[in-house]
Amino acid sequence: MKRLTAVLGALAAAAVLVATGCGGSDEQPTRVVLVTHDSFAVSDGVKRAFEEESGLELRILKAGDAGEVVTRALLTAGTPEGDVLFGVDNNLVERALTGDVFEPYESPELASVDPALVVDPEHRVTPIDRGDVCLNYDKHWYASRGLAPPKDLVALTLPRYRDQLVVENAATSTPGLAFMLATIAEFGDRWQGYWRKLRANGVLVVDGWEDAYYSRFSGSAGSKGKRPVVVSYASSPPAEVIFAKPRPSTAPTGVVEASCFRQVEFAGVLRGAKNEEGARKLVDFMLSKRFQEDIPLQMFVFPARTDVSLPPEFERFAVVPERPLELPPQEIEQNRESWVDQWTDIVVR
Amino acid sequence: MRRRTWRAVTYGVPLAFLGLFFVYPLAAILDRGLRGAGDPPLDVLADPLTREVVWFTVWQALASTVLTIALATPAAYVLGRYRFRGRSVVSAIVVVPFVLPTVVVALAFLAILPDGVERGWAPILVAHAFFNVAVVVRIVGTFWANLDPRLGEAAATLGASPAQRAREIVLPLLAPALAAAGAIVFLFSFTSFGIVLILGGPRYATIEAEIYNQAIRLFDLRAAAVLSLVQLACVVAAVWVATRLERRLVVAGGLRAERDTLRSIRTRREKLVVAASLGGLGLFLGLPLAVLVERSLAVGDGYGLDAYRALAEPTSILLASPWEAIVNSLVYAAAASVIAIVVGGLAAFAVADTRGSRLLDLLVLIPLGASAVMLGLGFLIAFDTPPLDIRAAPWIVPVVQALVAIPFVVRIMVPTLRSIDPRLREAAALLGASPGRVRREVDLPIVARGLAVAAGFAFAISLGEFGATVFLARPDRPTLPVAIFRFLGRPGEVNVAQAYALAVVLMAVTVLSVLLVERVRMRRGGWF
Repeated sequence: MKRLTAVLGALAAAAVLVATGCGGSDEQPTRVVLVTHDSFAVSDGVKRAFEEESGLELRILKAGDAGEVVTRALLTAGTPEGDVLFGVDNNLVERALTGDVFEPYESPELASVDPALVVDPEHRVTPIDRGDVCLNYDKHWYASRGLAPPKDLVALTLPRYRDQLVVENAATSTPGLAFMLATIAEFGDRWQGYWRKLRANGVLVVDGWEDAYYSRFSGSAGSKGKRPVVVSYASSPPAEVIFAKPRPSTAPTGVVEASCFRQVEFAGVLRGAKNEEGARKLVDFMLSKRFQEDIPLQMFVFPARTDVSLPPEFERFAVVPERPLELPPQEIEQNRESWVDQWTDIVVR
Repeated sequence: MRRRTWRAVTYGVPLAFLGLFFVYPLAAILDRGLRGAGDPPLDVLADPLTREVVWFTVWQALASTVLTIALATPAAYVLGRYRFRGRSVVSAIVVVPFVLPTVVVALAFLAILPDGVERGWAPILVAHAFFNVAVVVRIVGTFWANLDPRLGEAAATLGASPAQRAREIVLPLLAPALAAAGAIVFLFSFTSFGIVLILGGPRYATIEAEIYNQAIRLFDLRAAAVLSLVQLACVVAAVWVATRLERRLVVAGGLRAERDTLRSIRTRREKLVVAASLGGLGLFLGLPLAVLVERSLAVGDGYGLDAYRALAEPTSILLASPWEAIVNSLVYAAAASVIAIVVGGLAAFAVADTRGSRLLDLLVLIPLGASAVMLGLGFLIAFDTPPLDIRAAPWIVPVVQALVAIPFVVRIMVPTLRSIDPRLREAAALLGASPGRVRREVDLPIVARGLAVAAGFAFAISLGEFGATVFLARPDRPTLPVAIFRFLGRPGEVNVAQAYALAVVLMAVTVLSVLLVERVRMRRGGWF
C-alpha cells in the first residue's frame, strides 16, 4: 500500500501547488476584468492598445448569452465577477438597473454618441453599439421561382408566403424575443391576432438561432434548409459575404427593412468592482474611436458613435433601417413575462 | 496502511470533495431561492405545467434507458466474449458520440431525419440512445468480460439451451452491471436539456429545461429552486432503486481476469453474430457522424480541406487559435481524470466494503442528476469571498468536470469489487498477507481493467463536458466543445465549416486518448 500512499501524497501536493499558484494574485489592480456575452469579440491589436495605454491587463470573461450574463450579474450584485459588464441590451437593461448591479459613471466620450441611444439619465449604463434584429430572406429562392420576397410583416400572413417563415422561440432566444417585440411595436394591441395568422400560415418555431439559421433557413451557406425567410440580424448578409470563399460580389441574402427591431447594447461599471478606476478607463476605451471602429467586423453590429467610418463591406452589404421598430425598456420590463406567456399559448401550444 | 486509516481515507476524501464542490454550492443557491419566499411553494407544485413537465421527464428518461440498453447489449456481448483484432479500437470508437456537443449532434440528426418526423419525442429517444450507447457497451461489456465462461460451459454440458443459459446464468450475473449502466443512462436522459429543446421542438421540456427557463430567462429563483428540489427528489428515488438493485443482484464469485475469459471467433455462426452486432451499431452511430465529416469538408459546391487549414489561424471569436483548444482540452481532461480516479476510486472501495455506506453510495451518483444550471449559479454565490473566491481559478474547470466523471468511476468499479470472491481475500489473509497487500495483489489485478475503462471514460467525459465548462472556463482558454459552440454562433460558411472540422478533430482526439489511457494500464501490467 506504500506506493498508493505515495501517489496520493504526490497528487495532494500537486493540487495544493496548482491551487496556490493560480488563485493567489487577484487582489492587485494590475488587471481589469470585462464580463460579457458569448458574442463579444475584439481585435488583438485593439485589445493590446488598451493594455498599453492603461497599463492594465484586460481579461475577458464570457458569461453565456445576454440573458445569462444579466442573471449572473444580478446574483452576484455587490460581489461581481469582474469590473465592467458589457452586453446588456435594451430588452434586459431595466432588469439590471432594478437589480442595482451598476455604479453610475458618465464617460467624457459620451458627447460623441448618438443621444437617442442613452436610456439612463443617471448613466449607470452607457450605450456602446446598436444593431437590428430583422427578417432575412434567401434571394436565390425567390428569384428562381419568379416571386417577390416579402416586403413587410403583414405580407407573411398571405397565402403566397405560406410555410416560408422560421422564427426562434421567444422564450429561449434573444433574436426570437426581439422579433416578438417587433410585432408588438408594429401592431400594438393587435399583435396576438397577427401571430394567430402567422401560425395558420405555417410559421415554424425552433429553439435557437443556430438551428433556425443553419438548419431551417435555405439562404445560409451550405444549408439544406427549406424555408426562405428567417429571423436573424441586419448584419447577417455582410457576414455571408465576408466569411465565404471565394467572396461573392453580392450578398446571397436580403433584409426585410420594415421588420427590424432596434437592439442597443450597454456597458456599465459593476458595483463592488475590485478595480473601479480601471473599469472607468475601460468604459472610456469602449467608446473611443479605436474600439468603435473595430466593432462592425468583430461583432457585426454598428458603433454607437456617430463620427466613425464603417468598413467597406458594411457600407455595401449591411442595411441600416431608417425607422427601426422600438419599445421603451420600462414597458418591456413590465410586460416581458406575460407577453412571452401569451405568445407561447398562441404559437406553441 | 492500517485498516482504520484506510477507512478514514476512503470515506473522508470523497465526502470532503463532494461536500465542498457539490453540496455546499447547491445548498447556497437553494437557500437563496427559498429564503424569504414566505408562503410554501405549493403554487409551483400545483401548476399543471409542472406536472406535465415532470411526467414527460420521467417517461422519456425511462424509455431512453430501455432503448439504449436494447441497442447496446449485442455489442456489449461481442466485446465481452470475443477476442478479435481491433477490439480495443471498436470500444474506443463507441465513446465518440458521448463526447460530442449536443448542438452538433442535434444538427446532424436534423440533417438525416426525413421531413415530417423531425421533431417530437421519437427523435429525442433515438438521440439519447445515440449519446449513451457507450455507457452500456463499456460498463456491461467490461463486466461481461470478467464473467467466468466455465459456468455457461458447464451448463451447456448438462444440456441447457442457449436461451436457458442466457436467462439463468448470464442475466443474473450481469444484472449489477446492467443496473449500474441503466442508472447512469437514466440520469443523463433525465437531465437532458439541449437535445430536448432542439429535437423536441418548443412543446417538450424536461425539468432541467424548465429550471433554466425560470432561473435565467425569468430570474425567478424561487420557482427554479422548487423545481430543482422536485428534480432532486426524483433523482434520489431513482438512484436509491438502482443502488439497491445493484447490491441485491450481486452474485459473488464469478469473476476472472479478462485474459482468461475472452476467446477467439471460431465458427461461421460466431462470425455472423459479431458482424451483425457491430455492423448494426456501426450503422446507427456512423450515420450522424458521417454527416459531421461531410459538413466539415464542404467548400462552396465541392469538397476540400479549407476548414481544417483555417484552424491554425488565430481568431477573435476564440481569443486563441483553434488548435490551442485541443491542448486546453487535453490538459483539463488529464487533470479531471486524475481527480476522478483518486476520489472515485477511494469512494468505490468505501461503497463496496461489506459494511459500506449507503449514504456515500447515493451521494456519489447524485451530481449526475442534479440541476447543472443551479449548481453553476451556486458556484457563483458560494465562492465569492476570499479565501474561497475561486470562481475564476483555472483549476475549478477540471474539478467540476470530475464531479461528472466520479459517478462513472464508482459505478464501473463497485460491481466488480463486490463480485470478487471473498474466499480469495480470506485465503490471502490466511497465508499472512496484510490488508494492504490483499488489496494490491487480489483486488487490483481484477479491478485493473475496470479502472482503466473508468479512467478512459473520465477522460472522455472531461473532453466532452460542455455545460459547466462553458460556464466556468476562461474564454482565452477554450476547450474543443466550447470552441465548436463559439464558431456555430456566427453566421458565414467559413465559421460553420470550422465548427464541424473541430467536431471531427474532437472525435479523433477522443478515440486516440481513450486508446492511450487504456494502453497505459496494459504496459504497466495491472496498474492504471
